[in-house]
Amino acid sequence: MRKTECLAMILAGGQGSRLGSLTKKIAKPAVPFGGKYRIIDFPLSNCHNSGIDTVGILTQYQPLALHSYIGAGGAWDLDRKDGGVYVLPPYAREKGAEWYKGTADAIYQNINFIEMINPSYVLVLSGDHIYTMDYSIMLEYHKAKKAEATIGVIEVPWAEAPRFGIMNTAENGRVTAFQEKPSQPISNLASMGIYIFNWKFLKRSLEEDAKDINSSHDFGKNVIPKMLAGGHRLFSYHFDGYWKDVGTVESFWEANMDLLCDEPDLDLHNPSWRVYSVNPTRPPHYIAAEASVTRSLISEGAAVYGDVDHSVIFPGAQIGAGAKIRNSVIMPYANIGENVEINRAIVCRRCVIEEGAVIGDESSEITVIPEGDVVPRDAQVGAGGIIIQKQVG
Amino acid sequence: MKRVMGIINLYENEELIQEITEHRPLAAVPFAGRYRLIDFTLSSMVNSGIQNVGILLRSKSRSLMDHLRSGKEWDLARKRDGLFILPPAQASSGAVKGNGDIENFYHNLDYIESSRQKYVLISNSHTVCNMNFRKAFQFHENTGADITIVYKEQEKDSEDFTGSTVLATTDDGRVIDLAVNPAKVNGGKISMDMYLMRKELLVDIINGCYARGGVDLLKDGLIKNIDSLKIYGYQHKGFVARINSIASYYRHNMELLKPEKWQELFMKSGLIYTKVKDEAPAKYKENAKISNAMVANGCIIEGEVENSVLFRGVKVNKGACIRNSIIMQKCEIAENAIIENVICDKDVIITNGKWLKGDQRYPLVIEKGTVI
Repeated sequence: MRKTECLAMILAGGQGSRLGSLTKKIAKPAVPFGGKYRIIDFPLSNCHNSGIDTVGILTQYQPLALHSYIGAGGAWDLDRKDGGVYVLPPYAREKGAEWYKGTADAIYQNINFIEMINPSYVLVLSGDHIYTMDYSIMLEYHKAKKAEATIGVIEVPWAEAPRFGIMNTAENGRVTAFQEKPSQPISNLASMGIYIFNWKFLKRSLEEDAKDINSSHDFGKNVIPKMLAGGHRLFSYHFDGYWKDVGTVESFWEANMDLLCDEPDLDLHNPSWRVYSVNPTRPPHYIAAEASVTRSLISEGAAVYGDVDHSVIFPGAQIGAGAKIRNSVIMPYANIGENVEINRAIVCRRCVIEEGAVIGDESSEITVIPEGDVVPRDAQVGAGGIIIQKQVG
Repeated sequence: MKRVMGIINLYENEELIQEITEHRPLAAVPFAGRYRLIDFTLSSMVNSGIQNVGILLRSKSRSLMDHLRSGKEWDLARKRDGLFILPPAQASSGAVKGNGDIENFYHNLDYIESSRQKYVLISNSHTVCNMNFRKAFQFHENTGADITIVYKEQEKDSEDFTGSTVLATTDDGRVIDLAVNPAKVNGGKISMDMYLMRKELLVDIINGCYARGGVDLLKDGLIKNIDSLKIYGYQHKGFVARINSIASYYRHNMELLKPEKWQELFMKSGLIYTKVKDEAPAKYKENAKISNAMVANGCIIEGEVENSVLFRGVKVNKGACIRNSIIMQKCEIAENAIIENVICDKDVIITNGKWLKGDQRYPLVIEKGTVI
């Protein structure tokens, strides 16, 4: 068996509770995004495009849709004889079963798996960020710096810095200080949750952390600060492309809308950096004679009879005649009836919005219609998905 | 249907559709925005439960092989059975030189004989439909026919019937006459060139034809034996598009702009599979104006599109206008260019401000890779 230089481990077990009803039935990485993708397509495609062909995916919360989506990994060219994709849910051992207690614990519990692959480096990724990035450049950087750990960082607006792990670095990129979600940030260089570790070093650190009963076994909170305190060679790798943490309904909606400007920062149409996904087997989409479509992404299998502006329409969605869809995300196989008005909303898979219903409005926060819901005829749904008024028709 | 194997016979008439079959077999002609013609028959077979399919090649096969690869997209990359590519023999050793399909069949008899299935369904790529062959097979078993031919009852003037085979049947469906391209054919029971029979019978017919200098399965194998064989016709009632000329290619692409036809061909009796290209969803920009169109993924639309079919990755720039046209993969229509009643083959670039216009009945065909 050939030697695997760098193994990627994708943390895909989080519940994503701040996404509310978007993640009621599916794990966050399996949430549909960008007109045909799921969030996990981004790290998986990045791996493929960066030449990383061995990937472990750590799952835990509502894994069914995620597992069946990943399958054998063929969609990302990861169904390989050597390597490929490994789905790693928590499992029972001789002394009982344990859930993954934190990001570091999830990796710790899979030490046996990593030892089997025996890589020189381990790349730890999140399953819930939207970005395209060449990890092979980061790996070269890691090697050139003779680092023990390299952390991907990006500049964020100062106001948002308290949401992130914040880094202070020396001129050569060496990390000098690290604060997890600080109220008084020392810089605006945020950790992207992308780490490259020398495997032997990571293994030692995880074993130490596992023994620490006060630790919450989290990379940002515990493991990285301990590494830093131990005087190890930690470097930051500066990324200046598009990167978005889609942890909240608002940011998820925004990330979708970011794709709709004329020259988006995240270019899905770039032929040299394709984002791969599982194909839904649908015909090209159909736009009817009376329809109009502007500033939008529309995917295969959709049928549009109404007006769509500044929206993202997924495969198999139907938009009825006279309907007006603005600033919204319409997920796969949602059925939007005639004369429905939707603004600033996310309509999840297989929802049925009956004739004349009105969903969301300009001023309010984002409205989410959860998977499979039926909004009755002429109903009005305000922010938070509450039906305001229902007319029996 | 585990007892049935499929053979897709690509010995097809390409005379009237040369403009787009110069570089590829008819089976690999792009159709309906993201497919190749062969996808429809192949998917219908797979959706009907057929798990062993042989593709009888003729020539110019590179683009088709690239499309089919391992057969994975049709779930035909299997340990046993699955997809088999049957190339023509390099040099013919027998008495007959390659001017019919019998020789192709004859040289691939090994595959046919060693397959485990008892029955064989022979189809083609130029008949586009989404069909459940289970019903035809049931009919075949119920009638006890030696051979079942699938046909479509077509109205007068509904098609250009050049080159088609016409059936005459008794009331109970027994075929009493078969005529290939008879003079003045206009409607009636038109063969879909799909045949069901026992595999042994096919082998006998091929051997019989080959030994007696026969070259054509239909003419020499079936028509000459019409009295001794019990041939029945099975009527298919759904959507059918026979692609045998530029005119029919154009008309049937356009026909799919009717939602009910789109629905029937792509969804009704199963999904149509094709090679996946991982294009992003189509993007519409601020000034896009679009009506009555079928658009594949990967397109970027800033101009105007009306009554047209756009294949994947087409760019329609600002001020450009496309009407009643079929634009294949990765074409680019530059600013202020206007095209009407045109078929653009792959990778065509129409530069700034050009005007191109064909006729609805004789669309202008622009060859692959042309820059105008």
